[in-house]
Amino acid sequence: MRPRASLTAALRNVRLSPRWAPYVFVSPFLVLFAVFGVFPLLFSLWLAFQSWEPTSGLDAMEFVGLGNFAFALQDEWFWKSLQNTAWLALASGLPQHAVAIPLAVLLHQGFTRLRDVTVGAYFLPYITSTVAIAIMFSSLFSTDFGLVNATLRALLGIEPVDWLGRPEHIKPAIAVIVFWRYLGFNVVLYLAALQTIPRDLYEAAALDGAGRWRQFWHITLPGLKPMMFFGVTLSVIGGLQLFEEPFILTGGKGGADQAAMTSAVYLYRMAFDFNDFGGASAMSWLLFVVVVALTWLTHRAFAPRRGGR
Amino acid sequence: MNGASRLAPWAAYALVGAGALVMLAPFYFMFVFATHSRTEIFDLPPPLWFGSELPANLAILTERLPFWRNLGWSLYVALASTALTLLFCSMAGYAFALFDFRFKGALFALVMGTMLLPSFMNMIPSFMIMDALGWIDEHRALYLPGAASAFGIFLMRQYASTAVPRELVEAARMDGCGEFAIYRLVVLPLLRPALGTLGLVTFIGSWNNFIGPLVVMRSADRYTLPLALRSLQSTVNTEWGALMAGSAIATIPLLVLFVLCSRQLIAGLTAGAVK
Repeated sequence: MRPRASLTAALRNVRLSPRWAPYVFVSPFLVLFAVFGVFPLLFSLWLAFQSWEPTSGLDAMEFVGLGNFAFALQDEWFWKSLQNTAWLALASGLPQHAVAIPLAVLLHQGFTRLRDVTVGAYFLPYITSTVAIAIMFSSLFSTDFGLVNATLRALLGIEPVDWLGRPEHIKPAIAVIVFWRYLGFNVVLYLAALQTIPRDLYEAAALDGAGRWRQFWHITLPGLKPMMFFGVTLSVIGGLQLFEEPFILTGGKGGADQAAMTSAVYLYRMAFDFNDFGGASAMSWLLFVVVVALTWLTHRAFAPRRGGR
Repeated sequence: MNGASRLAPWAAYALVGAGALVMLAPFYFMFVFATHSRTEIFDLPPPLWFGSELPANLAILTERLPFWRNLGWSLYVALASTALTLLFCSMAGYAFALFDFRFKGALFALVMGTMLLPSFMNMIPSFMIMDALGWIDEHRALYLPGAASAFGIFLMRQYASTAVPRELVEAARMDGCGEFAIYRLVVLPLLRPALGTLGLVTFIGSWNNFIGPLVVMRSADRYTLPLALRSLQSTVNTEWGALMAGSAIATIPLLVLFVLCSRQLIAGLTAGAVK
């Protein structure tokens, strides 16, 4: 009776104390993060120094030092996948911003009533399932009378292109899909940034006789710079992680001559096709270093200079 | 802004509008192709208007896949994931916004840090932990690990710090209200708009999730939709009509959500970036 009463009292105390409440409220995050975040990550770091196939059980692990890293750095496919990833990140990322900025400016200035609907149309691909998108595009890009080839033939008389089968065509095809998917996201970012540029700057410039082009060049673009930094960083990080589009469009293999095998796809294949979990872990850490380095570089290149405008 | 414009307004309208149509075209053709047979889709010229093969496509779809069951699993995982995420993230966000406690700064930095981790870092470790837990082929492997998402905690903290007045929480405490009661009766109702946004974002993210199920799900009977649809594509003679019908059905819930609350959705999905 007595211990029980004190236990409930203790529980009540814990329940009621504002001192402990925040820890209780944060605890689901902590537990999930420890079990599904920290632990696996540390395990993968440890695994990067082991040779191991999961089918042979935990005992079959063998310490190989930097062997996995050395293997990755000498692996032709690893470098190829890095090149593919970089190519795709640039070819899909830069046009996104080059198109999204003028588009956002036009939407900001010209559209009032239909703006939400139009922005919605550009944004819609972003919320759609990548699998549905990839399936849809692999039919559109079909060699024999896919819609893209049919249109090219009707308009320009171009012979059917084997978009998904030839190494030199599959990258542009994937870049188009990625561009299509993320354009609207960037438009929304730039629209938000445009709203923070004070209107009187434009009015003052107009009074001084600056035309629209000069206003764009001297007011709009500098005003968008912080968002450009942020948006390009997001595109770089996102581009380096590109997985689903190339994975689905190439049936999980990386395409003819591995032309569409991004680093993330190769990582997946290393682990789940070739059963080399140690090698895949080492590769993922190498890739992580690349992502951090490139993010830092982007930061250096685009970050607004401190002190003075 | 109303300075001399080189580009006539109508030209700008036309350009932006044409772009919007191009953006929407793939969706249109997905729905059109869903109503045509495989051979019709690759006719020259391709079909531009709806056909009559939808029932046939659905028949193929349900014959090749446990399609309705896959749809059900998708719904189940998305709902479970949404419910748990709302619970855990609102709790943590409330704590970060309105309590002062030791390690608060460090813990929040930790939350934000997890947002920066590239998704591929998680692919192999997450398979291994699920394997160790015996959760391979279990749906909880899909909705539990991400339920305390950094993005959700961030969103909730931002919202709670302006929407929940400290005085109100203090007053409730004075009146003898327990901490859980304060959370449930005072905080949660005030967080409702942000909960709606986070719920939408989470539901859509789970509905579309491909990598998660790809890594842990093994039996076609337990697949969620994206994985099921992809498995149909990898057979030799791809049934494009059926595949399009399946993709279209998988897209309809998203379209409905988008039409009903596009503003909230766009704001939510870009929240981390815009604020």
